[in-house]
Amino acid sequence: MKPGHDELARLTGWGRTAPSAAHVVRTTDVEAIAGVVREAGERGVIARGLGRSYGDPAQNAGGVVVDMTALDRIHRVDADAATVEVDAGVSLDTLMRALLPFGLWLPVLPGTRQVTVGGAIGSDIHGKAHHVEGSFGNHVRSMDLLTADGTVRTLTPDGPDAALFWATTGGMGLTGIVLRATLHVNRVETAYFLVDTDQVGDLGQLMARQTENDESYVESVSWFDAVTTGPHLGRGLVTRANHATLADLPAKLRRHPLRFEAPQLLTVPDVFPPGMVNRLSGKVFSELWYRKSPTRRNQVQNITQFLHPLDMFGEWNRGYGPHGFLQYQFVVPFEAAHVIRRTVELITETGHVSFLNVLKRFGDGNPAPLSFPMRGWTLCVDLPVRPGLHELCEELDGLVLDAGGRHYLAKESRATPAAIERGYPRLDEWRKVRASVDPHGVFASDMSRRLSLT
Amino acid sequence: MIDAVGNPQSLLLLGGTSEIGLAIAAQYARRRPLRVVLAARPSPRLDAAATALRDAGATVSTVDFEATDFAGHPAVLDKAFADGDIDVTVVAFGLLGDAEQAWQDHARAVELAQVNYTAAVSVGVALAERLRRQGHGRVVALSSVAGERVRRSNFVYGSTKAGMDGFYLGLGEALRGEGITVTVVRPGFVHTRMTAGMKAAPLSVKPDDVATQVVAAVARRSELVWAPAPLRVLMSVLRHIPRAIFRRLPI
Repeated sequence: MKPGHDELARLTGWGRTAPSAAHVVRTTDVEAIAGVVREAGERGVIARGLGRSYGDPAQNAGGVVVDMTALDRIHRVDADAATVEVDAGVSLDTLMRALLPFGLWLPVLPGTRQVTVGGAIGSDIHGKAHHVEGSFGNHVRSMDLLTADGTVRTLTPDGPDAALFWATTGGMGLTGIVLRATLHVNRVETAYFLVDTDQVGDLGQLMARQTENDESYVESVSWFDAVTTGPHLGRGLVTRANHATLADLPAKLRRHPLRFEAPQLLTVPDVFPPGMVNRLSGKVFSELWYRKSPTRRNQVQNITQFLHPLDMFGEWNRGYGPHGFLQYQFVVPFEAAHVIRRTVELITETGHVSFLNVLKRFGDGNPAPLSFPMRGWTLCVDLPVRPGLHELCEELDGLVLDAGGRHYLAKESRATPAAIERGYPRLDEWRKVRASVDPHGVFASDMSRRLSLT
Repeated sequence: MIDAVGNPQSLLLLGGTSEIGLAIAAQYARRRPLRVVLAARPSPRLDAAATALRDAGATVSTVDFEATDFAGHPAVLDKAFADGDIDVTVVAFGLLGDAEQAWQDHARAVELAQVNYTAAVSVGVALAERLRRQGHGRVVALSSVAGERVRRSNFVYGSTKAGMDGFYLGLGEALRGEGITVTVVRPGFVHTRMTAGMKAAPLSVKPDDVATQVVAAVARRSELVWAPAPLRVLMSVLRHIPRAIFRRLPI
């Protein structure tokens, strides 16, 4: 679509479920975006980035969706202060490529680089470094927010508008449209990681291993097999890493230590029938994935190998077929570790198949009322939509909420308003801040309607 | 809004006393809190249907709907949409009656054609307009195997269903790019009030069986559903049988 164009488009999230149609506006003209907000009809406006949220937060049926990817300029990199000022539509991929030559590194990177800065703020995304770095909002020094009255306010985490800053962080785009942000970034000597991998035989060992000296690594995550049942239930790989220093690199890599290696091998075509993700393909995938990484220490890996293996495959969500899939991600306090095991058991008992099972220990949360991370275990599973999935998820909701846990709104696509209220006890506090800047409900999304967020 | 696994928050049943339609509403109501709008002629049966759904936990309202009052359809839909978006609409009204009477009684034939076809088109067009405005929605149109290949034994009914089936399939194509899915359902013999006293055909099903299939189909965003599924194979065979042989078949 050309900038400035406005057309009716059918939109879904990354899970390709629950489509809806909206008027999509894509422009580099901030004044035009402000005009759209001022003249919003009764179905409102929502900003959309690269559409990597799994559910419906960047859809607005019958209303307006502002495609922010046209606003993609990096305004200023301050290598001395280690800050960068960017438009909200800049992707983390673009930003990383621009920052690396300065020896600068984004402290929070999710499982894909294909998200925008605005989306990263709206979902307060986290990465494998959460236990050390916190979530994305922790690194935002200031942001420009276009609010419902059509004006732009500059917000800082501890300034006069701090409440609005934190309501926008994790606020799923419902407080306004982030136009620009200044981020604090880290310094690195190389673009490589020094990775320790532990291949462990069951879920208990996996969780125990990940608990052991997690603090000595910047990045830490584990993958496990949720297809194999019996004594090897939850066998998996714990991968943890620190940034490699120049001295850690072999001579060959030392010549270009900040080189960014991000190959995209192929774009997955949209030809897959439903049911490709099944017990058989799950067994094959899980076996190969488990076997490919024996226990190793101090292995040098590049960004794609370590952080973003899925970014090698464009549009990989198409592999799940036309009925789509959902990602179920929750966090529970460390005391409720049993929920993790019970979840894996329930998935295998009910015959559902999940390839991408990611387990991580979160550190402390931040002040944002709707920020997802809190101290505890977070588990994420990918489940293709098929009969029985509703019932499975309902049962999991009960386990998670009873344990004092909650769901990640950036992945959420099927919970109830009551489940979100329970998981986010500060929801009303957030609603008050939002109502003060958007009393007429200009900002709305399919998610805000489905979950009665506002 | 409907969610990723096909749970709607609101449902409009056009033909508010349809047993299949009510079975669909009841299944959804069992899964999640549901707001139901029943559109039908006021009657004790409608009141009973509303009460039963309320007992199942749904929030129910009713709207007066007369299938042959075509000019009144837009207003009926305005009332149905007055309380907010409608996630799933089930088009479930229709007449069957005595097949031999239908083709020999002029008034009866016209009535069948108007209710089963003209009203279905009238409602479909008015509905599409509102769904496009809200930018989303799923439509379930209850057709019949009788419309797949029209048989001598009930050709007035069959021809009306053939027409409405074609209309809703086409409507689905027209709305494809707008986040709206139309699911055409072709049940075989269903044990309902409509078929009471008739001899059950092979592969007969109950309203609740059809509802189960519809709920799954809406979640998958399927465009065509046979109830039960094996009818698809059976009908694709029957469809290709030459007329000379077809008329001798005991169907």
